Amino acid sequence: MSDAPQEERTPVSLATATSDDPHMQPLARDPERTERLIAIAMFFGILGIIGFGVAYWFNADAWVYGFTMGIGVLLLGFGITAWGKYLMPKGPFVEERHELRGTDEERESLAAAVVQRGGGILGRRKLLGGVAGLGLAAFGIVAAFPLVRSLGPLPKKTLTKTDWRRGSYLVDSTGRPVHVDDLAVGGIVTVFPKGYQDTESGQAVDQTVLIRLTTENFTTRPGRETWGPAGYVAYSKLCSHLGCPVGLYEQQLQSLVCPCHQSMFDVTNGCVPTFGPAPRPLPQLPIYVDGRGYVRAQSDYKEPVGPGYWERS
Amino acid sequence: MSTTSTDNTDAKREAFGPVGKIVGELDDRLGIAKGGRSLLDKIFPDHWSFMLGEIALYSFVILMATGIFLTLFYVPSQSIVVYHGSYAPLRGQHVTAAFASSVDLSFDVRCGMLMRQMHHWACDIFVGAIVVHMARVFFTGAFRKPRELNYTIGTVLLILAIGNGFVGYSLPDDLVSGTGLRIAFSITESVPVVGTYLAFFLFGGNFPGTAIIPRFFVIHVLLIPLIILGLVSAHLFLLVRQKHTQFPGKGRTETNVVGAPMVPVFAAKATGFLFMVTGVTALLGALAQINPIWLFGPYDAAKISYAVQPDWYMGWLDGALRIWPSWEFVGFGYTIPLEVFLPAAVFPGVVFGICFAWPALERWYTKDNAMHNLLDRPRDRPKRTGAGAAMLAFLGMMFIASSTDVLANYFHVSLNGMLWAMRILVIAVPLLTYPITVKICKELQAVPEGGKRKRANVVTRTPEGEYLAVPAVSRPGDGHVELDAEPVPTFIEFTEDSGDETEGSSEEGVRRVSR
Repeated sequence: MSDAPQEERTPVSLATATSDDPHMQPLARDPERTERLIAIAMFFGILGIIGFGVAYWFNADAWVYGFTMGIGVLLLGFGITAWGKYLMPKGPFVEERHELRGTDEERESLAAAVVQRGGGILGRRKLLGGVAGLGLAAFGIVAAFPLVRSLGPLPKKTLTKTDWRRGSYLVDSTGRPVHVDDLAVGGIVTVFPKGYQDTESGQAVDQTVLIRLTTENFTTRPGRETWGPAGYVAYSKLCSHLGCPVGLYEQQLQSLVCPCHQSMFDVTNGCVPTFGPAPRPLPQLPIYVDGRGYVRAQSDYKEPVGPGYWERS
Repeated sequence: MSTTSTDNTDAKREAFGPVGKIVGELDDRLGIAKGGRSLLDKIFPDHWSFMLGEIALYSFVILMATGIFLTLFYVPSQSIVVYHGSYAPLRGQHVTAAFASSVDLSFDVRCGMLMRQMHHWACDIFVGAIVVHMARVFFTGAFRKPRELNYTIGTVLLILAIGNGFVGYSLPDDLVSGTGLRIAFSITESVPVVGTYLAFFLFGGNFPGTAIIPRFFVIHVLLIPLIILGLVSAHLFLLVRQKHTQFPGKGRTETNVVGAPMVPVFAAKATGFLFMVTGVTALLGALAQINPIWLFGPYDAAKISYAVQPDWYMGWLDGALRIWPSWEFVGFGYTIPLEVFLPAAVFPGVVFGICFAWPALERWYTKDNAMHNLLDRPRDRPKRTGAGAAMLAFLGMMFIASSTDVLANYFHVSLNGMLWAMRILVIAVPLLTYPITVKICKELQAVPEGGKRKRANVVTRTPEGEYLAVPAVSRPGDGHVELDAEPVPTFIEFTEDSGDETEGSSEEGVRRVSR
């Protein structure tokens, strides 16, 4: 702050207010009454605050703490604000704004100093300036290595693969393998490849919905003739929009619905999206029923599961 | 101190007793006297809309106080523990330490539930107050020269507040917050070229991993709060340096500030208001349940609950994600998930970009490069007001779009109908809002005394059956004539027994005033 405006202000002997100066009067018409009301409000505020202490001491219900403290602090605050508004000098008072800008000479002098010291003194040594700039740039780039690169592994192929393998048993969240007789027509269960039902990554990446549409083999798309044995179809449970679990099954529409943004997928038609923001079908897991009647995976998914990303072709 | 006042004799200075001594000693070392007096006298203009920013500031104070309490109990770890707390339905379940500690601090720490709920409510109030404060600044033109920088800082603060709200909301590791994290991962992944790298660096690998909760914890309690604290300080410093704006009125010019002095009037009002905001937050925390994580249960990547809703300030982005068409670009061996990248990254970028650019845009459009310390009434700037209203309408429609499923259910219309209705409304409502707002502004300009409350009439019937309408006698504020503003006086001269506050002054009609 420049000194000039303060020099103007401080030494000036401001008007000495007398106690009958209207500016010094409170806003309240009847200050004594207002004071009493405020005091009463603050008194109840104190009661509330004491109530909080009592509630704490006796370990009262959770809401009692907040209620007593809230009422107490609210009334106390109301009192203090009302004191300021109604009983302190109502004013209004005025203060001059001091100009932010300096004089033309001060501006010139600063600009001249920047130009001379920057362009003149620093600019004279172009080599050193360049080398210093290069050094700082190199430091910035190198410093980014630990700050960025150390934070995590590179994606590599992790997004394109899941833990499903040829022969993986489809197990539910408790690890029980699904048998061909387990689901009635219209039934649905969330399954994982055996051995991954407890792992966090397994839950996040491998989660698959198994739905029984009929009792006959079911073909959802041309080329998937063997993928739907005994009316069972399995789709990735990761929504192709943002990766929420597609957790709702509309049995009558034979559609999977994502609760996050309401994308709908037609289960009978390769889970192509029929509604909502999802751009792609849910990948279907090829499955088969083994000799003992257990449902197992033919292979991993044929395409990456979950939402889209740059490297996904 | 260069005192010239003749009153200020040594004898008089003695009268200030120990305070005078302390001020003297401090002034010798810190030089406080010179600026100190003008700081006490600093004038704050008075208008209800100026307290909106105060609400934001006080919510931030509450956030820090309750937040520090929560960090003493919260465990930022995704390692699996068995829950043994007092909430029976979860007992014996394998949950993350983050979730278990969040439930524990709610049920097994005395006052913990109140602190958690107050923290969450204070966050919603914080962001809300910033938004309303920003709207006030926008509609009254307070962002104009010389305050563009402070406006920019405020906008950055809004972004940081929203960001930290989301990060904090993710920490309990419950089913809803975990779903939010999944969506955050997918949005990061959607960035062209570097998306998967960004997502893997942020989460320390593929989703969910075990790094995100500890990382978000540090971001939530240290990194962003530190930046917010620094920027709030800068915001307030610039406010003091440039002085507050004021509405035009009696004796108010571009070169002065009319209002109440900082000490004691403004300080009393502000302190009381801090308590009032705290009180309301405590009442909300006590009586209005928020984010009951024990009902949602721990996060399980394969589970989800219906009608998943983020906090209110994320609603506009969620709405955009819902109604955006499912356009994905696939070609040249690459994929650009435009259905995610555009609504979740580009769209907020454009909205905040407009916010940042507005002062410059308006300066360019109006060719107005003058200093402005007097505020506009919104009606006097119909185009700006219209544009602001249209933006709010646009964001409001996006917000409503984030509950298409709930609305479709409630109104018994098809989800498809709701979706298309929102797609149309998001465009149509702002387009209609602009001309309607401009028209209202112009009408209000034309009405003398427009916007002021009309005085009520008291209708009486005389014994003869005649009806008379007489304007009502008084309203609060009637008869209160605003005086001409004066500089804050040095001190008050008391008659006779000065400093004594007993009633009964020697002069008739003179009220005794405490110093």
